[in-house]
Amino acid sequence: MTPRVPGESTSPIIARMKSPIVQSLLQAALPAAGLIADPRATKPFESDGLTAIREQPWLVALPETEEQVIAVLRICRDHGVPVVPRGAGTGLSGGARPRADGVLLGLSKLSRILEVDLDNCVARVEPGVRNLAISEAVAEHGLYYAPDPSSQIACSIGGNVAENSGGVHCLKYGLTVHNVLGVRLVTLDGDVLVLGGKTLDSPGYDLLALTMGSEGMLGVVTEVTVKLLPMPPDKRVLLAAFASVAPAADAVSAIIAAGIIPAGLEMMDRLAIQAAEDFVHAGYPRDADAILLCELDGVTAEVEADLDRVRQLLEQHGAFSIRVAADATEQARLWLGRKAAFPAVGRLSPDYYCMDGTIPRAHLAAVLARITQLAEEHQLAVANVFHAGDGNLHPLILYDANVAGQLERAETLGGRILELCVAVGGTVTGEHGVGVEKLDAMCGQFDAPALAQMHRLKQAFDPRGLMNPGKAVPTLGRCAEVGGMHVHGGRLPFPHLPRF
Amino acid sequence: MAVDADLSEALCDAVRRAQAAGESLRIVGSGSKSFLTRGRESTAGVRVSRLLSMTEHRGIIDYRPEELVVTARAGTPLPELEDALAQRGQRLPFEPPRFRGPGTLGGAVACGLSGPGRPWRGAVRDAVLGVELVNGAGEHLRFGGQVMKNVAGYDVSRLQVGAFGTLGLLLTVSVKLLPAPPSERTLVFDLDAVSALERCRGWARRPLPISATCYWDGRLRLRLSGAEAAVADAAAELGGEASGEEGFWRALRDHRLEFFTDGGPEPRPLWRCSLPPAARTPLEGCLVTWAGGERWLRRAAADGAGLEAAARDCGGHARLFGGDFGMRAGPHIPAAEAVYAGRLKQAFDPTGVLNPELSAALSDAD
Repeated sequence: MTPRVPGESTSPIIARMKSPIVQSLLQAALPAAGLIADPRATKPFESDGLTAIREQPWLVALPETEEQVIAVLRICRDHGVPVVPRGAGTGLSGGARPRADGVLLGLSKLSRILEVDLDNCVARVEPGVRNLAISEAVAEHGLYYAPDPSSQIACSIGGNVAENSGGVHCLKYGLTVHNVLGVRLVTLDGDVLVLGGKTLDSPGYDLLALTMGSEGMLGVVTEVTVKLLPMPPDKRVLLAAFASVAPAADAVSAIIAAGIIPAGLEMMDRLAIQAAEDFVHAGYPRDADAILLCELDGVTAEVEADLDRVRQLLEQHGAFSIRVAADATEQARLWLGRKAAFPAVGRLSPDYYCMDGTIPRAHLAAVLARITQLAEEHQLAVANVFHAGDGNLHPLILYDANVAGQLERAETLGGRILELCVAVGGTVTGEHGVGVEKLDAMCGQFDAPALAQMHRLKQAFDPRGLMNPGKAVPTLGRCAEVGGMHVHGGRLPFPHLPRF
Repeated sequence: MAVDADLSEALCDAVRRAQAAGESLRIVGSGSKSFLTRGRESTAGVRVSRLLSMTEHRGIIDYRPEELVVTARAGTPLPELEDALAQRGQRLPFEPPRFRGPGTLGGAVACGLSGPGRPWRGAVRDAVLGVELVNGAGEHLRFGGQVMKNVAGYDVSRLQVGAFGTLGLLLTVSVKLLPAPPSERTLVFDLDAVSALERCRGWARRPLPISATCYWDGRLRLRLSGAEAAVADAAAELGGEASGEEGFWRALRDHRLEFFTDGGPEPRPLWRCSLPPAARTPLEGCLVTWAGGERWLRRAAADGAGLEAAARDCGGHARLFGGDFGMRAGPHIPAAEAVYAGRLKQAFDPTGVLNPELSAALSDAD
């Protein structure tokens, strides 16, 4: 994946000399191996999962304790050095893109599970703990941590907090915001805010909720208290094949409208199905234009009841084949195709560009049809594989960066798709974050006063503008340049878009 | 029947006029929870504080059941909203309490109180997907949206929950809904408090269709919700007695149980504790909900400091459920946090137009 999306350029106002004083102060505050200055050694930190956008950091700080985090932040504050926090670096929107004049603050060494409290069904962990490691640590007690982003074997819980990560099962179990009970947040001034804890609420403003998805712009999380849930005792996975996309999309709405909340409800279109079959041979029907994967979990009686109703609804909506996985092995095989879909699509084309818009489910069929039209207009192929249950689209735009003009067309098409998502009442990012990648798209989703309010909010935590500057919220100047601002005076945004 | 109306423009004007005149506004819905902030009304000091009623800014704007989302104006009465949802077999997940009146959607969000099902179905803030609000400068702003997954920009919508209107005058709220469970039943167990807490702790680690618990006076009540067969299976396994009480959980939610309404011959104030659910104290004399996570008790105001300390010691907090419950700084909010809360208030309402007397930005010294 090599989308080229420009980030906010390094602002001249905060471009600073790489002071040797700062470097020696940081070195004194950190363990010997905790500060990396050698450009060969900082190279691996030059990007996150959005590899097309790179910038080598001046210094990489790898603290091992909260005290060291505080020390690093205070030094950076005192000397006006920008700080970019980083978890495992799996983010897809460039949220951890470093700055050449700044310190990259890696939290990977804060990786201890501090406490598993079975009485209260919570775990206290440091931010560098991997998402999956939490569930592994409590599996013997029949418990798990619910949010499961696709990168869960590698991504860190601190990064999950920064992005408010979702996953395949968030339709039923919620996002990070619903599953984190507390954090310790260190601000640039070195203040430690203890937000939430093992209780279900706290007095004062809900700064815990505000921290979720704040992309490291307000502070650095040094501890996370997560909720542990009992593992569901039973699970069924079924696969339904459709001859066209629209009835599959309508079936998704029908299942939710019937009062059923599947643990996961995923959709793939023809191109994605073919790619997945070629790659992992999951047994998907090659003659289908769309498939739905539906997972139901819970107590057996409930799962059985829901399974019957889901089957009926899929039939009513014209599924030409419905297969219920007979056992855990077949369930895993059905999921394998979905989980391998991105790399499978990656085999079809030298490059692809993954979008992340979310739309109200009712618009699924129309938006997918419109994406197909737009793809044709831009002479590019798009594969769709996405979280249908919560309307979170992941159109994968296929292109070849080595063919002149394709990258530009892919970017234009991506922008049009996100405009489409906003126009039907959705959002430009469901779970990958804005980072530097979607700054321009934000100009279309929010008007100038709302963006200005967000900047003031950031200033409340970071008056000097040194915490992960230039991410997540575009400057008003940038929006004026891209011309993507809302039209005021009662006129609809994006008047060139069809309404449906 | 009141008429639905969109008063957004007029409300923005009201805020702008107040700001220009150097006055402040006290935002009022149906007044059902005004006792939570009483006592702060007259302490605004030098400024003229005007009442701003939200009840005419009302009505459901958008409700599509297949989306599991409703968008309504802040002044929409809760009963009207819940009736509309019930007709389509859906409900607000957070069971908003209404204490002394019908309550409004905006009031429920501003006060941020969740009902008996909170540990299992989520809190108010978990369900809020988007808001439109007026900031202290009279600007009409939109945050979040109507979709479940949305990480575009800061989560200003959830920040409004429990902010008591101090960070924005709520105009509309979009809320995630849940299907009403096909079956619901209540079991009763005769237990002492310690055993009841122990029982709840064991249940929490098992996949059971639990949706509420309440312990008081030797009886633990357990609500099961879900598919008929799932509820029946769990009931058969857990034992206890089937309860024939109609409306128990609503009465609990709205504080209409005798525990709440009859404080005895010399009523002492009501306190609310939010604790790690397995916390051993305070337990004596408590009505215990949320599987132990929320506890209610009566305690003389003079003994409050001891209760607050006990709750803090076990990682929770205790607060008087009365005039000072609404947003404000004080011993409940650590000093470091109060600084940032104050700056947030500044960021949204620089001249202190919106409920300034409730703001967490104010220290006791103000």
